[in-house]
Amino acid sequence: MGIVGHEITSVTLSVRVRKARTGREHSNFVLDVALEVPPGITIIFGPSGAGKSTLLDCIAGLIRPDAGKISLASELLLDVAANLHVPPQKRQIAYVFQHLALFPHMSVERNVAYGLQTLPPPQRATRVNLLLQAFHVEKFAARKPDQLSGGERQRVALARSLAASPRALLLDEPLTALDAGLKKSIMDDLRRWNAEQNIPILYVTHSRDEVDALGERVIALDRGVIVGSGAPQDVLEAPRRSALAQAAGFENLLTGQVTEIREADGVMRVRLQDSSLEIETPLGYAAPGSAVRVAIRAGDILLAIERPHGLSARNVFAGKIVALEPRGAMFVAQVSAAPPGGVVFTVHLTPGAKRALELELNRDVWLVLKTHSCHLLDQ
Amino acid sequence: MDALLLSFRLAACVSAILLLIGLPLAYWLAYWNWRGKFLLEAIVAMPLVLPPTVLGFYVLVALGPHGPIGKITEALFHRGWAFTFTGLVFASVLYSFPFTVQPLIASFEGIDRRLLDASAVLGAGHFRTFANVILPLSVPGIVTAVVLSFAHTLGEFGVVLMVGGNLPGITRTVSIDIYDHVQSMEYAAANRMALLLLLVSFTVLSLVYGVNRKFGRRMWASWATR
Repeated sequence: MGIVGHEITSVTLSVRVRKARTGREHSNFVLDVALEVPPGITIIFGPSGAGKSTLLDCIAGLIRPDAGKISLASELLLDVAANLHVPPQKRQIAYVFQHLALFPHMSVERNVAYGLQTLPPPQRATRVNLLLQAFHVEKFAARKPDQLSGGERQRVALARSLAASPRALLLDEPLTALDAGLKKSIMDDLRRWNAEQNIPILYVTHSRDEVDALGERVIALDRGVIVGSGAPQDVLEAPRRSALAQAAGFENLLTGQVTEIREADGVMRVRLQDSSLEIETPLGYAAPGSAVRVAIRAGDILLAIERPHGLSARNVFAGKIVALEPRGAMFVAQVSAAPPGGVVFTVHLTPGAKRALELELNRDVWLVLKTHSCHLLDQ
Repeated sequence: MDALLLSFRLAACVSAILLLIGLPLAYWLAYWNWRGKFLLEAIVAMPLVLPPTVLGFYVLVALGPHGPIGKITEALFHRGWAFTFTGLVFASVLYSFPFTVQPLIASFEGIDRRLLDASAVLGAGHFRTFANVILPLSVPGIVTAVVLSFAHTLGEFGVVLMVGGNLPGITRTVSIDIYDHVQSMEYAAANRMALLLLLVSFTVLSLVYGVNRKFGRRMWASWATR
């Protein structure tokens, strides 16, 4: 592994991968993405199970994608079609894992020196000291990881990953467990370090707060596909485009007309799709009589077999199951709200829920929807 | 006393050889997945269920002048291994195989995979990862493997009788010696030997387990940071 000095390079990490994951944990999950990561921090944002760690594992070379190409600057690291797969130890891509994976039997110093085996010992010691100082952990050089606090461990993990001057850095939710102040101070150290190195850094998180705090370019990932990219406020505001909304997991996209606005309660009522069905939604920028689009996740809709009482949910109405089929580990039901011929909702059910409620075709059910599960989309 | 020393010499040879073979084999079985793996796993575990006499019988046949191993040893050394110390070591290695390999596999599989990933992304190849991460974190498992194969070899009887026979100083181990005394109605001598074996075994095992329990962590930690 070449340890270069501090030459300023401008490398871009270019990734196009497809990876299907099978097994109990991820049924029918397919990661299928293409992204370019320029020097500096890029955030990958997505819920758990979106494929974020799978993506990082592919880039690091720890798992083999089914198809795709990965290149760093002009060097090809992976080309499935050409059967090229550079092993992780030859990629010079640093990776800080979610649980850090510091070697428990080694001191901080030895952890940081681990990637520097090719350096002669005196230079290695100098380099380790430089890293320990840059991340403010020089005091702990002789300690074992289990004698450090959470924040100190994060710093050691960063120092270790950057010791051998990697050409790119992958961070898998490394700071999630830390408080905001500590997070900021560690990120400042990382930014300062990277001002010189200028390598592409992929920062994965599922936390909105973290995205807002970092304020960098964001790529939103959901169920294995990229559903948006750009500045945080553009990507993360309530989904604006219906295509994005669908991809982001809103199976129910309904049109409607605002019938009433209750400013004091922060809600309004929307009549759906020329039917007589009215639902309560959060207040939006819409005048009475104007058309709106409402997005509801199939997993956010509850089904009951009797009219529920004593619920906080404001939208409760009768319906009938008109379709019910298994999909992967769950069931997808189509529920037609009364009166028949009106609005049909897509609802996700677990096999356990289907069993417990003895749900089947043509069964009469009650639909339950929280007001805040009804997302308003801009037109 | 000859018999006791011989038994210890045998057990020491066997556990040392088994550790050398067992480490790479367990590594292979723990981390590599291939289609025929279950067959090898079954073979490794077989001495657990086979009567020692069955194993001993086949080893004896194999070592004999017409057996596959016997032919090789005849060609190389102009003698067979049956009824020799070397033959005994060979048979005992087979017999104690699972007692070394199983704890090692369990120990390797217990290591957080992310530590191995971390080692790889830091530039270490398989061998360096094995030497610097897997081995130091497996010291308790290695100690267990060595102790178990040592103890198992010390107590074996059927295999030794089949392969080694009963040649004083060469193949006459403690268990054979005790059996011999009992056959000749020398109960006092049998008891002396049996008690000695009992005490020595108990002392060795409790020493190892005690040390492993009390200093286990520190022991491997200091060994690894040296």
